[in-house]
Amino acid sequence: MEPLGTFDIIWRIVVQFTPVWIALIVLFAVSIAFKRKLGLYGKLFDSVIGMIGFGLVMFWVFTGVFGQFDLIVTHDSLAQVSGMKNKVPGTPLLMGDEGDYPWYLLGGDNLARDVFSRMVEGAWVVVQIAPLATMFAFMVGITLGLPAGYYGGRLDTFLSFLANLILAFPVILLFYLLVTPEIVATGVPSYMATVLFVFPIVFVGVLLNSRYHTQPHIRLPLLLIVLGIMIWLYLSLISEQGTKVAVLPRFLDLFDIPGGILVVFVSVVFVNSPTVFRIVRGLAMDIKTRDYVAAAQTRGEGPWYIMLWEILPNARGPLIVDFCLRIGYTTILLGTLGFFGLGLPPESPDWGSTINEGRKLLSIYLHPALPPALALLSLVLGLNLLADGLREESLRD
Amino acid sequence: MGLFILRRTVVMILTALCLTFIVFFLTNLYPNLEKLAKTQGNFRMSDEAVTSWLTKEGYLQPLPVKYGQWLGVLPGWTLETKDGITGRCVTGAVTPEVAAEAPKFCGILQGDWGYSTVFREEVSGIISTRLGLTGKLMFWVMVLMVPSALIIGVLAGMREGSKTDRTLSTFSIITTATPEYVSGVIFIAVFASSAVGLKWFKGTATSAMEDANFENFFLPVLTISLYGMGYIARMTRASMTEVMTAQYIRTARLKGVKFSNIVLKHALRNALIAPFTVILLQVPWLLNGVVIVETLFNYKGFGWVLVQAAGNNDIELLLAVSVVSVFVVLMTQLISDIGYVYLNPRIRIS
Repeated sequence: MEPLGTFDIIWRIVVQFTPVWIALIVLFAVSIAFKRKLGLYGKLFDSVIGMIGFGLVMFWVFTGVFGQFDLIVTHDSLAQVSGMKNKVPGTPLLMGDEGDYPWYLLGGDNLARDVFSRMVEGAWVVVQIAPLATMFAFMVGITLGLPAGYYGGRLDTFLSFLANLILAFPVILLFYLLVTPEIVATGVPSYMATVLFVFPIVFVGVLLNSRYHTQPHIRLPLLLIVLGIMIWLYLSLISEQGTKVAVLPRFLDLFDIPGGILVVFVSVVFVNSPTVFRIVRGLAMDIKTRDYVAAAQTRGEGPWYIMLWEILPNARGPLIVDFCLRIGYTTILLGTLGFFGLGLPPESPDWGSTINEGRKLLSIYLHPALPPALALLSLVLGLNLLADGLREESLRD
Repeated sequence: MGLFILRRTVVMILTALCLTFIVFFLTNLYPNLEKLAKTQGNFRMSDEAVTSWLTKEGYLQPLPVKYGQWLGVLPGWTLETKDGITGRCVTGAVTPEVAAEAPKFCGILQGDWGYSTVFREEVSGIISTRLGLTGKLMFWVMVLMVPSALIIGVLAGMREGSKTDRTLSTFSIITTATPEYVSGVIFIAVFASSAVGLKWFKGTATSAMEDANFENFFLPVLTISLYGMGYIARMTRASMTEVMTAQYIRTARLKGVKFSNIVLKHALRNALIAPFTVILLQVPWLLNGVVIVETLFNYKGFGWVLVQAAGNNDIELLLAVSVVSVFVVLMTQLISDIGYVYLNPRIRIS
């Protein structure tokens, strides 16, 4: 078979992404049709920048999800095909079986794996970890930042000192200290996970308790059910057979996080939460002087009700914007981890690791390193544009 | 002001102590020590051999004692072996007479930063040469980054919503979205690749350590600068647009002052207060960029040492690296606070 020309390669890649295009078109059509009823999300479709950003982000989200269902990938991301080592984009397979996709669309890497499929699978790693890790960081930051800003005093001094302590650490040094196999063997990251993952439970528990404090007949069953499920999830998350933290017996353990991912997750949450803490604390200090907070205090509401149901909803604008930016930053951090070969297994298709693999031969072969680099760039750019669009739209009213 | 600086200095020392203790704790966990023993001795050491090696080198003392010795507030350990006396403050096995003359305390308070197990050299020597190399890199980064970021920010913020503003803002968003390992890879591909690129620059900066010139040094400098540049430019733009809507600017315009004069003489000074803090707070972030870029371009500076020390669990070198970086971070925070007060008359006078 003939090698493909540049135009052919582009066309075939576009065709390969068909499910993503369909999903994007459906999503945009529905959202634009109902945009007046969708609140802040709908308003996003009034700004061009916001729409471009949202489009880029959703492109990679759909790519990650569909890639998981084997819709976009052309080859197994780990399969090594003989004769395809470092081959340029568009090279036909030498001896493909029936039913194999007959080309390496973006060429082969130095282990003769398909660059295109690895890039698509890499999107899934980011889509899985980045939003969730950012959410955990927000839970930690909010649960600690609200009381620090609201009460002030000793508590504030102590928590701020801790936050500044973590922030003064160079991120890469912290990663090297936390993510090496020796440290993982001692269980330090598992213990950190045990502590950090308590925060969502505390957050939801306090949130519901303060809201339904006056209606005991709703509060008790609600808290029991919600906290019961969350604690079960929490225990399954942290307990893993064969590590230092194995509290649940196997039949109760719902899922195991594959090796390395939990450690990466913990360190990313750990690095992000102090910044969120500082933002929330600043917002809380600002908002607690407002009249409606004084009104709630006069009504005799508890401090946690005021923090979570008066201050937090009014701080949502800046927090949503920062959430988008922070997902982008988390993506960059994940890439950094991959770039230094920390945490994730070496054959993992995530973008950072692939860039690291590709850079070693960069002066001769460009094609293995460039696609993941451009993918990461476009995703982070999309998140930044989305944040910009949201900021503009939320400032408008 | 004096009290403020004093209080900040105390907090700074406390932070540095906590941080070094954390690093000390993590590097001295047993699996790490075992790895150290095996890389220093040989990889097929039995468990007993590891323990005896660690005892001989003084690694198995209690953690606070070791930390105290490293700081120089506790006397260094000594041990009598059949070859002579070994100890923290002497090199190798020596006779009792020599050991008696050696200093009792040898920690960082005495200026003794210890011995690197990877490079087999004094830590202080490694740190000072590597810091010098990174200092050269940082100097050129600052020279490139700060003026261009300020110019972009001022030009964009001067007329909000204009075409220049849109273009420059897009440019700064793109640069903030490009981490160093992405932009570095793209730059090498475009400007340095021997296969298809323009071949304007070199893809490694190893030769720049002795003799830096435009060809081998521009790409690393550009890579680090770009990531920070966008952020500073956006801050400058935000503060510039805010100043441009102020009352006194309107007065100046109505008086008929030329637009260039308004920007340069009326707006600029007030608009540059916020970016000043941002630039200084960027320094810790630049430290990150330095590590990535030095690895990518194989420039053996401070960031490269950090990677080597952390990858090989070189305890004393790693501690020295963290002391230096923590010091840099906290100093920039202090300077930015003082500078902010100094630059902003509203805070200075009240």
